[in-house]
Amino acid sequence: MAATEQFPSPTWRERLRDWPIVDFILRQPQGTISGLFILTLIVVALFADVVAPYDPLDVDFVGMLQAPSLEHLLGTDNVGRDILSRIIYGARTALAIGFLASFVGCTIGALIGTASAYFGGRVDLIVQRVVDVAMVFPIIMLALVIVAILGRNLVLGIDVNLILAIALPIAPKVARVIRASALSIVNMPYIDAARAAGYSHVRIILRHMMPNVVGPYLVLLTAYIAQAILTEASLSFLGLGVSEPQPAWGLMLSSGSASYYRDAPWMVLFPGLAISLTVLAFNLFGDALRDWLDPRLRT
Amino acid sequence: MRAIQDTAILVDSPVPPRDAIARLDAAEPLLVVDDLHVTFTTPRGIVRAVDGISYRLHRGEIMAIVGESGCGKSAAALAIMRLLARPAGKTPKGRILFQGQDLLKLPESKMREIRGRDIAMIFQEPMSSLNPVLSVGLQIMEPLRTHLGMDKETAHARALELLQLVGITDAERRLDQYPHQLSGGMRQRLMIAMGLACNPKLIIADEPTTALDVTIQAQILELMRDLSRRLDIALVIITHNLGIVARYADHVGVMYAGQMVEQATAEELFARPRHPYTIGLLKSVPRLDRPRGGRLETIEGLPPDLLRPPAGCRFAARCTLRLPLCDTAPNLVPIDGAEHLARCHRAGEIAAGLTPPSRTSPAPRTIVAPGQADVLLRVDDLHTTFVSRPGIFAEPMVVRAVSGVSFSVRRGETLGLVGESGCGKTTVGRTILRLTPATSGNVQFGDTDVLGAEGASLTAIRRQMQVIFQDPVSSLNPRMTVGQIIGEPLKVYRLARSRSAAQDRVSELLSRVGLHGYMAERYPHQLSGGQRQRVGIARALAMEPSFIVCDEPVSALDVSIQAQVITLLEELQRELGLAYLFIAHDLAVVRHISHRVAVMYLGHVVEMADRNALYETPLHPYTKALLAAAPVPDPAVERMRGTVVLGGEIPSPSRPPSGCVFHTRCPIATAECRDVVPSLEDYGSGHLAACIKLPESLAKSHESRPA
Amino acid sequence: MIGYLIKRILLIIPTLLAVGVVTFFLLRVVPGDIVELKLRGDGAAVTQLAIERERARLGLDKPLINQFGDWITGVAVFNFGTSMWTGRPVTDEIAGRLVLSLQIAFLATLIGLLIAVPLGTISALFANSWIDYSIRVVTLAGLSMPSFWLGMLIIIALLHVFDWIPPMTPTSLWRDPLGQLAQLFWPALAVGYRFSAIVARMMRSSLVEVLHEDYIRTARAKGLFERTVIIRHALRNALLPAITVSGLEFAFLIGGLVVTEQVFNLNGIGRLFVQAIINHDYIMIQALIMLTAFVFVVTNLVVDLVYAFLDPRIRYV
Repeated sequence: MAATEQFPSPTWRERLRDWPIVDFILRQPQGTISGLFILTLIVVALFADVVAPYDPLDVDFVGMLQAPSLEHLLGTDNVGRDILSRIIYGARTALAIGFLASFVGCTIGALIGTASAYFGGRVDLIVQRVVDVAMVFPIIMLALVIVAILGRNLVLGIDVNLILAIALPIAPKVARVIRASALSIVNMPYIDAARAAGYSHVRIILRHMMPNVVGPYLVLLTAYIAQAILTEASLSFLGLGVSEPQPAWGLMLSSGSASYYRDAPWMVLFPGLAISLTVLAFNLFGDALRDWLDPRLRT
Repeated sequence: MRAIQDTAILVDSPVPPRDAIARLDAAEPLLVVDDLHVTFTTPRGIVRAVDGISYRLHRGEIMAIVGESGCGKSAAALAIMRLLARPAGKTPKGRILFQGQDLLKLPESKMREIRGRDIAMIFQEPMSSLNPVLSVGLQIMEPLRTHLGMDKETAHARALELLQLVGITDAERRLDQYPHQLSGGMRQRLMIAMGLACNPKLIIADEPTTALDVTIQAQILELMRDLSRRLDIALVIITHNLGIVARYADHVGVMYAGQMVEQATAEELFARPRHPYTIGLLKSVPRLDRPRGGRLETIEGLPPDLLRPPAGCRFAARCTLRLPLCDTAPNLVPIDGAEHLARCHRAGEIAAGLTPPSRTSPAPRTIVAPGQADVLLRVDDLHTTFVSRPGIFAEPMVVRAVSGVSFSVRRGETLGLVGESGCGKTTVGRTILRLTPATSGNVQFGDTDVLGAEGASLTAIRRQMQVIFQDPVSSLNPRMTVGQIIGEPLKVYRLARSRSAAQDRVSELLSRVGLHGYMAERYPHQLSGGQRQRVGIARALAMEPSFIVCDEPVSALDVSIQAQVITLLEELQRELGLAYLFIAHDLAVVRHISHRVAVMYLGHVVEMADRNALYETPLHPYTKALLAAAPVPDPAVERMRGTVVLGGEIPSPSRPPSGCVFHTRCPIATAECRDVVPSLEDYGSGHLAACIKLPESLAKSHESRPA
Repeated sequence: MIGYLIKRILLIIPTLLAVGVVTFFLLRVVPGDIVELKLRGDGAAVTQLAIERERARLGLDKPLINQFGDWITGVAVFNFGTSMWTGRPVTDEIAGRLVLSLQIAFLATLIGLLIAVPLGTISALFANSWIDYSIRVVTLAGLSMPSFWLGMLIIIALLHVFDWIPPMTPTSLWRDPLGQLAQLFWPALAVGYRFSAIVARMMRSSLVEVLHEDYIRTARAKGLFERTVIIRHALRNALLPAITVSGLEFAFLIGGLVVTEQVFNLNGIGRLFVQAIINHDYIMIQALIMLTAFVFVVTNLVVDLVYAFLDPRIRYV
């Protein structure tokens, strides 16, 4: 039998690098930092009760509109509530809605996109048309309409309809991207090999296609968490998302409206900063994830 | 009777004798490469891509640099043009003297003047080397206006001249067209025209014909040689194809792992190779003219990693003549006279008659008498047509990929299916496998009708008929380990009783294809091209098939690796009694592995015969042209062949010519050929050909033979 | 080419029709009766008779298909019906506001492109240098900030630094161009920043990719001046995806306007949309959705045509 090539067994260093996490940390420093930020935010949100210095709902008309000081690190708002605490609790809302809306939207979108690409033909054409129509609208418009139609529906303190309102507009956008990705996979010889081997459709979609779509899926997931948080902020700002007195960053911005620009700009500054930094972290993480996954697959 | 052709054929021209080159030796060399080093700085370290190569070239000479992928030949070429990717690529050492000036020391502005004016470069992929949004005319006129300062009218006129010089017809119209409207061959001619624009003294061609069809390759190379001789241009051709080297080169340099391991004139190199790598290469290349039963030598192993090259001889790890002495690096020294250099401690012994032993036992290939076994696969009048609509309101485009193809394959036999792009060979394979729906026709596998099978019977057939693909990169699921890929069929078809039995079987399959057991845990991207292809074979074997469709399985592999995979396929055929449909465009490879061969052109089978009959006495004009176009790695043989080049472009399968699809390029076609579609006729002992002119031309050659 | 043009224009119709159908029937899915919600929503007690009369007035008693037919034929002649909330014809409500919003959108696009194309190009040409990193930080910030918050920051900055805020009263471009500009520039900046961030990123990635293409290597091998290589060979190709993205993002600018108009107290269709939602004015909502769809589809058409004009692979198949 033909002799084979020599292959030195891997060193401990190479073994360590085989772990995806270690590889990611080494190759994507920006992504690692943003990842850590996100992790910190999650922890802070989970342990808000412990971390926040004040009760976010505590109204104090005496101490209202205070500038940032040692007592209230980020100042107080127009009814005397501590801004820092409200921001910390606001993180809960933002992260919960962000994750859930993005996850639901992206998963639905990915399934539709993959199935559409695999089956092709008429199924694909119909799905494409539907997606084209849905793509026409900015997320916020559709979200507003869905909110208008469905109203509010609180389950365990979370507004399920709000999550749906943000998730549904996301799905077609994700479906389009995943479909494109899946199309390039469907034509790969290894899918042909699977078909030639007589495997069932289900096996091919789940075992052969979806794992290869995981890359773009994860990237879209993080990107749309960022989008979802922005949309929720906009909705809350308009008064159509989360409602008073629940702490939500967008909501805090609307209460810090024009009348306070001159006297208490910190009411506007900090919640907005919180939104921006969080969205930035998710964007950076998503970028890093995409860069990390890309050259790997190209070898 | 007037012959009908599309474009002019470059007529049979004798190859200029090599001694004529000698007169130039007296003059100053145009190009002197002196101890050139090229490095690339990567995140993992410094890769020493070129480690001290030297050669010289005079005007009008053709030098070929031969090597496999990763040997540094392209890097060396880019270094001459100072086009190495910045900032990673550097030339830390060495000189490149062009007309006496050291190019490496020139300021960038001076170098820019030389590029395109005195030295031109032609790249491998004509498709992507031309700017898609700029017109042909603009791209040709650019160097004229930049270097020679021509105004628009003069440049336009010269551009027309250039297009005609390179054989592009209808030049005026072409100038306003865009690259995507030209065929591959025409685009490469355009690249040559751009290169010639300012009358350069040196042209560097990096794999100029690798991406082209065989008959087009021949056209382009003939053109380049012709221009080189006529216009006194020095030509450096970088290639991995030894046939091209034999046919066209005056001097040859063989590169391996960044170094020149042998340098000589082409004659010398092929007649008296002195380096074990060269010898191994020459023995591992399948040849068009090899007598039957020849066994391919293989060079086991892989080239070394250029991040940390070995201290001693870089080829030692794969060399059958290895000695402890080889742990010290050998120098490039003259053997057999000053012109023939080799980098091997044992080159002297080789000159004195030492032959590197072959790794495998030279048992002659036993060819199972194919006529005896029963027919496994029968294809009858198969048609596959694609209809596409580029837009909703556009005309549908009908592509007849396969038009009435019939053949049969017996158990244990290999049927080679050969042809150029658009001939439909891949579609035939895909249709048989039910990956592409057939339009009409019949395919029988054993007793079962393949095209009509559904459900359980379809699955049963699929197990029996397997496939191996061309591209090792995309034929394996990047997210599955090798073990999972090979083990999946065992799981789906429950071919193993338990998990451990399955693992054992996977190991067994791995070793059968020549891979170590621990490969099972690796992912495809961690394997080399040859290794991936072996995994593909193991996957096919896991289902215990009796028939495998091999779709260009070695085209994407290096020469020395090709031999490994071909030998593996042959061994498996003998051991397991497998039948193959071997689809390829490389005639030499097909000759080597097939029992019978069918030649396809634009969806039709034009000739089918027993392997030797086809290669020794081809009947159909297309087969003859195909064989003539493919160079043989032996200058002596090449010189005797002369060159007959088939002109014209391959028609698009969506608009095939009427009647005999080959008539537009056929040297013996007449008006009749436009109206009649020829059918396959038997010309004796199963040698089939489809050409209405054959009976008369055969009769004529009988007459002209002396009694 | 002409054929392509016609094809593309004709394709708009089914898309808009589909949007119309979906919008119409979606809003009819609302749980609870529209009229009841509206009348009862005011808090007053309403008689059944009043409800019936209101329904008849709004034409809600006819069969659904008829309603759809009436509505869609109305849309075709730009008659969107009567607002349930203000009682005035929808077209009147929209007209002035649309002009204002479009002005902001165009201004935002202009500002965005003027910033994005040069920045993206420079970023790509100096890839991975400190210039590149700085520009990337700036663009990432643009993507991450809510545009309405940016608007608020702009106002606060103007207030604290110049002690001046943009005028919040409506003027017209014709009567008072400078005043109008002063009013519209800031919201355009706020919304345009995000737009420019997206386009700049696309510009950068597309140019970086183009610079690695084989034909750029060929251009250099021909000995062309570097500036020719970049401007004539690289940019021509790199701009194509940026143009497509610009078209897509222009439509999404409207989404940004929805909230930003609130901040700057501008009476545009964004604000109108929010008000319609709050007031459950379904006729208005329908009309605005159709309008947005129309704008989006027309913008895409223009972008496709421009692209086809610039890319010979589409012009000559």
